[in-house]
Amino acid sequence: MRSEPAEPCALPGGAGEPWRLPEPQRPTLTELFAAHPRDGGWAGFLLAQLTTDKPLLWVQDRMAILESGRIHPPGLPTQNLIHVEARDARDALWAMEEGVRCSCLSAVIGEIWGDPRALDFTATRRLAVASERSGTPCWLVRLGGTANLSGARMRWRLASAFSLVNELDPKAPGLPAWDAELFRARGSPPGRWTIAYEADRFHLVAASGDRALGEEQRLSA
Amino acid sequence: MPHLAIERWAKSSDYPPETPIVLTVEGAHGPVIHAVTRAAAERGARTGARLTDARALEPSLTARPADPEGDAAAVERLAKWAGRWSPLVEVDGTDGLRLDVTGVAHLFGGERGLVRDIQRRFASIGLTGRIAIAPTAAAAWALAHYAPSPQRGEDDSAKQSGVRGIGAHRQGRTPSPCPLPAGERDLAEQLVPLHVSALRLEPETVRTLERLGLKTIGALMEMPRLALARRFKNEEDVVGALDRALGRKPEPLTAASADPPPRALLKFQEPMTHPEAAAQALERLIPDLVRQLQERHLGARKLTLSGFRINGSVVTASVATAIPSREPKHLQRLLADKAVALDPEFGFDAFTLQADWCERLDAAQESLVDEPSGRGEIARLVDRLTVKLGSKRVRKPQAEESHLPERASEWVAAISSSLSRSDGEGDRSTKSSGGGVWRRPLHHAASRHGSPPQPAAREELRRPHHLLDRPEAIHVIYATPEGMPRRFVWRRAVHDIARVEGPERIAPEWWRQPSSARLRDYYRVEDADGRRYWIYREGLIGDGRGGLPNWFIHGLFG
Repeated sequence: MRSEPAEPCALPGGAGEPWRLPEPQRPTLTELFAAHPRDGGWAGFLLAQLTTDKPLLWVQDRMAILESGRIHPPGLPTQNLIHVEARDARDALWAMEEGVRCSCLSAVIGEIWGDPRALDFTATRRLAVASERSGTPCWLVRLGGTANLSGARMRWRLASAFSLVNELDPKAPGLPAWDAELFRARGSPPGRWTIAYEADRFHLVAASGDRALGEEQRLSA
Repeated sequence: MPHLAIERWAKSSDYPPETPIVLTVEGAHGPVIHAVTRAAAERGARTGARLTDARALEPSLTARPADPEGDAAAVERLAKWAGRWSPLVEVDGTDGLRLDVTGVAHLFGGERGLVRDIQRRFASIGLTGRIAIAPTAAAAWALAHYAPSPQRGEDDSAKQSGVRGIGAHRQGRTPSPCPLPAGERDLAEQLVPLHVSALRLEPETVRTLERLGLKTIGALMEMPRLALARRFKNEEDVVGALDRALGRKPEPLTAASADPPPRALLKFQEPMTHPEAAAQALERLIPDLVRQLQERHLGARKLTLSGFRINGSVVTASVATAIPSREPKHLQRLLADKAVALDPEFGFDAFTLQADWCERLDAAQESLVDEPSGRGEIARLVDRLTVKLGSKRVRKPQAEESHLPERASEWVAAISSSLSRSDGEGDRSTKSSGGGVWRRPLHHAASRHGSPPQPAAREELRRPHHLLDRPEAIHVIYATPEGMPRRFVWRRAVHDIARVEGPERIAPEWWRQPSSARLRDYYRVEDADGRRYWIYREGLIGDGRGGLPNWFIHGLFG
């Protein structure tokens, strides 16, 4: 679906060369830490990687809904989804596990607030194993959580970065960009990138000290 | 019959049965006797008499207030409990139950066995039933209430059991074997000696009939119909009542349904008190029910497992499914948790499993290989999630024709209809894949053919992926009156706005909101950290709908 190393295309507004997303060999559990609970950047990064040919299971626990909102289908790439509003992390993990065992879903996404006791190594390990067995990718989104021991194969920390320059209106936010840090991964080296997603692939964004972007920003400010 | 009241009361008190006790209700002229114990009845207390009159006859009478509501509730409970014998049970009056036992009796060893079983069960919970089986409901009522000893007719279209019993004295009456009458004439023979009030007529009518010398049903039957009809044309339909009793005129039960739902029954010889009893019963009930469903080409959408306790109460556990199903493993898995939670108390002596809601399900092969197809698997996933978490927590989005963001997408229980339709058949306005489930096309009459046109503009608009359930008020510094926001404070954190796009103006829906509702100007903003939010200003300065506009944050962008 993406990240075929193709000919570099110069993107407007500072996005540079195509960048190959470090991916697991097969669908598994990926953990996403939001850099800040009120930062929605992780969702853009996640949604860019979703396939939507099959329904989606999106689980949110109660605190996640209260703190950073409920999913809004018109803003998602697909309407074909099942939303679970879990009372607490235990129910959320249970629902995720039920979903991840099912090979008829395109992905299972679970948003969990904080560091609940139910979310331990065993729970994440179970999700990872179930996901690998069924081939359904599973995303565990941690809002305001700390990166303790986990069975996830890939662990990302996501923060919003300055968006790319909007050609039509320099004062308006452009294409979203993210500061993505891969701090644990099986089979690929960790790293930190500033990336944006356009034309069905990820691109590295020039560093903020970059002249072109800096100029544009001064213009827009 | 007032005896249910005294019977219930006696069960909950520890007076010896010999004490003369009456239950009273407040009448127009002081307390009126509502129910009497046998001991009180022997000393002259009569239902309907005034308490003072009864006290004059027997000064040692003890009076207690009656509880008609509690009695009514008890009858309701008994009606549910009586569901063990027949799926069609109706509460009849204040103290009777009416069961349609057509085609049921053979399960209990014939009508005689059925009556004996009912008698025994009622006796075991301390109530004495007067039971009659008759071809017509009216005749059953008459026999149950007025027959000198329990009588039974044939062709059981209705059976009535008036619950009777006095005091704590348990009066187990075994039905005396009597010849079973056949047909209308035999039924008539049984009714002939009964008093006319057995026809359930008004007291005035009964009095008139008595005055005319027509004291028994037999006497009434001998009268010319025309004369009878003419004499009582202004009053109750005596001829009609007679016809109903003799089966010349149909009297359907209100709950009558031609097609009883699939139902499996399991009876125990001994009451089961083991907590696992329900789960084990389920294992034996499900194959039976599945076989019935298979024969009728049905799939269950809603299942109810009822446990009949030995003390006459019933507990139920229900589950629903997203698509009709008759797969034993799936149904078992759905019900197992709930079955274990059923509390046996003093023990279950029967279980029923009933498919309350069925839909047509033809035999289908899901796929050639053993792999289940997606649709069925998703439906089963939804079932499992819904059973554990509740249908309010497992939902699907449903697009609505509205520009207000919070209304543009509604949530409906995932287990409800949209999943139940198989793709490409029926219900064309529900489209469950791709562009979403656009259910309610407001103005598009042509929507029956193909998916309704979607508002073109909506596709172009950028919407946040997360929306706060309630927009939260924020403090914003902005260029008045309608300028761009510069800085805002949300949850005590200051966000300097680096870039803004907007406004996108969304007018209130005047056809459903009050006229004081204000318009909203939405801005997409990016703060100094790069976080992107969706905020709006509600109203304009000087729009005449309130003071200074307020600002709210509504959503998060990725």
